[in-house]
Amino acid sequence: MNNLLAYIPAFPLLGFLVLSIAGRKMSKNLVALTGAGTICISAIISLVIAAGFISSPPTEGFISTSVWHWFTLSDFIVNIGLRADALSVVFIFIITFVGALIHIYSAEFMRHDEDYARFFASMNLFVCSMLLLVLADNLVLLYLGWEGVGLCSYLLIGFWFKEPTNNHAANKAFLITRIGDTAMLIGLFLIFHNLRTLNIQEILLLAPQNFSTGSSEITLIALLLLAGGMGKSAQVPLQTWLPDAMAGPSPVSALIHAATMVTAGVYLVARMNAVFALSPLAMSIVAVVGAVTLLLAGCSAMVQSDIKRILAYSTISQIGYMFLALGVGAWTAAIFHFFTHAFFKALLFLAAGVIIESLHHEHNIFRMGGLKKSMPVVFVTFLAGAAALAALPLVTAGFFSKDPILWYAFSSEKGNAWLWMTALLGAFLTAFYTTRLMIVVFWGEAKTAIGHHPGKAMIIPLIILAILSVTAGFVEWPHNMIHLTLFSDLLHQQLPEVALKPDLPAESLFQLIAALTTFAGIALGYMLYYRKTYLATSWLQSPSVAGVHNLFKSGWGFDHFYRAVFVQPFLFITRINRTDFFDRIYDGIASLNIQLNRFLSLSQNGSLRWYVVGVLAGALFIITLQLLL
Amino acid sequence: MMSIQVSAVLIVAAILFVLGFIGVLTRKNILFMLISVEIMLNAAGLAFVAASAKWQQADGQVMFLFILAMAAAEVSVGLALVLQIYHQYKTLDIEKLNALKDE
Repeated sequence: MNNLLAYIPAFPLLGFLVLSIAGRKMSKNLVALTGAGTICISAIISLVIAAGFISSPPTEGFISTSVWHWFTLSDFIVNIGLRADALSVVFIFIITFVGALIHIYSAEFMRHDEDYARFFASMNLFVCSMLLLVLADNLVLLYLGWEGVGLCSYLLIGFWFKEPTNNHAANKAFLITRIGDTAMLIGLFLIFHNLRTLNIQEILLLAPQNFSTGSSEITLIALLLLAGGMGKSAQVPLQTWLPDAMAGPSPVSALIHAATMVTAGVYLVARMNAVFALSPLAMSIVAVVGAVTLLLAGCSAMVQSDIKRILAYSTISQIGYMFLALGVGAWTAAIFHFFTHAFFKALLFLAAGVIIESLHHEHNIFRMGGLKKSMPVVFVTFLAGAAALAALPLVTAGFFSKDPILWYAFSSEKGNAWLWMTALLGAFLTAFYTTRLMIVVFWGEAKTAIGHHPGKAMIIPLIILAILSVTAGFVEWPHNMIHLTLFSDLLHQQLPEVALKPDLPAESLFQLIAALTTFAGIALGYMLYYRKTYLATSWLQSPSVAGVHNLFKSGWGFDHFYRAVFVQPFLFITRINRTDFFDRIYDGIASLNIQLNRFLSLSQNGSLRWYVVGVLAGALFIITLQLLL
Repeated sequence: MMSIQVSAVLIVAAILFVLGFIGVLTRKNILFMLISVEIMLNAAGLAFVAASAKWQQADGQVMFLFILAMAAAEVSVGLALVLQIYHQYKTLDIEKLNALKDE
């Protein structure tokens, strides 16, 4: 089993190399076979390893293999070492399995694109980088994967680079995540400075010995790592790139900007749990960032009209839940939400892609409508995904993963009523905007004619993901219902359990409130967008509601704020400093030389007599010097 | 044999040298400038011979032979150049031959 581990990232890498070198000469079928086939092989290997982990857990709790010696700096050795423990296994399972489904879907979705091979090459490189990120046994290799996924995200957002707006979106995503990456890199330097190692296991072991709880160094390290996670995972205040990143093809949004890459921040925080556990302040900040994000993004998702932007804001909001769970110490709950979210959000994006394709690239939900009858398969699968997103009680995976987060937000030692109420409000908003999306897109009358229907390669992944969106939650039940906790049993080999407050009210009360909140959100959406549609339109007439609507729609004005605070002053400085001060120094040296040259070239006048006089003067000068000295 | 004061010879050599130099400076014709250079070379040779006579050493005489050989070579090259210049520019006036200057 150890030997198999290295093949998981190796196959996507092979696919990338083949496609990037020979992709232009290969037929489209061969490209699809290479691109999707390599990921499928990786998915099978991951399934084998995951099955091995569950049936006969390795005695040490992990399997590892060292592929290569990377570099040595005096006594600091960096290996390309892979290490799969329970946490990594969950991630590689999602990355390869959901990745394989999305690749199969893309094989048809991107069929008519002229850059078919480039698309699959980038996707394969992305999967390879993401697998390196979650399998790395040291932070240097993790950082390589981290930057690799950032690069692929950039390449794929700007995949249709002939549209300038797509390039702007790609640049924005790259620059904003880079802010977080830089902070994270400084965090890595600080870890190395203090602990003299970047091996993850050694860090987790050494950190509690070298730092006292709550010391300023460990808080700084934790916050810098968090900043990296916030950039990648689109958390406030670095969230503005994700809605624009929807400029990429739909499968890219599904794989990178919903299921995998944007959860890299969650992985990082969960992986460095011992570091974060040492700093209560950093933990609180993680929780608050998550809570604020889920609320802000939920509000924005309510009012968007672009189907992919709704899903993007919803992704930000759901990752906010994961951060909230991490912040209150509910590590397994966060990873479980990642697990279910990957299925239903990938499903929603893929289904959205089908809808957009069928309706001649129409993104606006208010020009869709009535798809329930004309696209029944898409309707049913989308309904499954939307129900999971809204966390419909007991029948969807989303409920099983979101309910523990709500519960721990209150009941954990680090939780409190405010976090719980924010999360509850977020759940209400989620149910509301999901209902709005469903009703506007699938009910009502058809406003755009359907072009062509999706083929099998696009429908089958949708069906598989829809089944998983409903059933994936059954591996982990709330404690007070059925005692079945496969998922947390697996992860508790790696991640600590939640410390609960004493004297808590009954958990079922909270579940009831959460369920009622979901139903209230659905009921409100149903009322506003199905029963009494005139209410919503008449509200929008009033200026105050329209103002709030516009604020939400622009994502709370973060873009305007950043433009006013960072971009404009920077442009102003560049404008006034167009003739750079330092350039002046070098310009001065250059012009001095030019002047000297002019002066000396006066002496070269072509008259032989002058030259002779020059020789005479020189000779006389030297003789005089000889005589005098 | 009548002995001659070395200092007198050196004065003659100096006068010759200065005459040659003035010739180089003032003459317009390249041919005359070459002749003036020959005069300067001979002045130097005369000084060598005088020094050789004073110290009864052969070195000065040898040096004079060198100067003679060098002068012959210089004249042959110089005259060839002068011929070429005349072919090209139809003049030997040094004032007009000033193309080698910075534009």
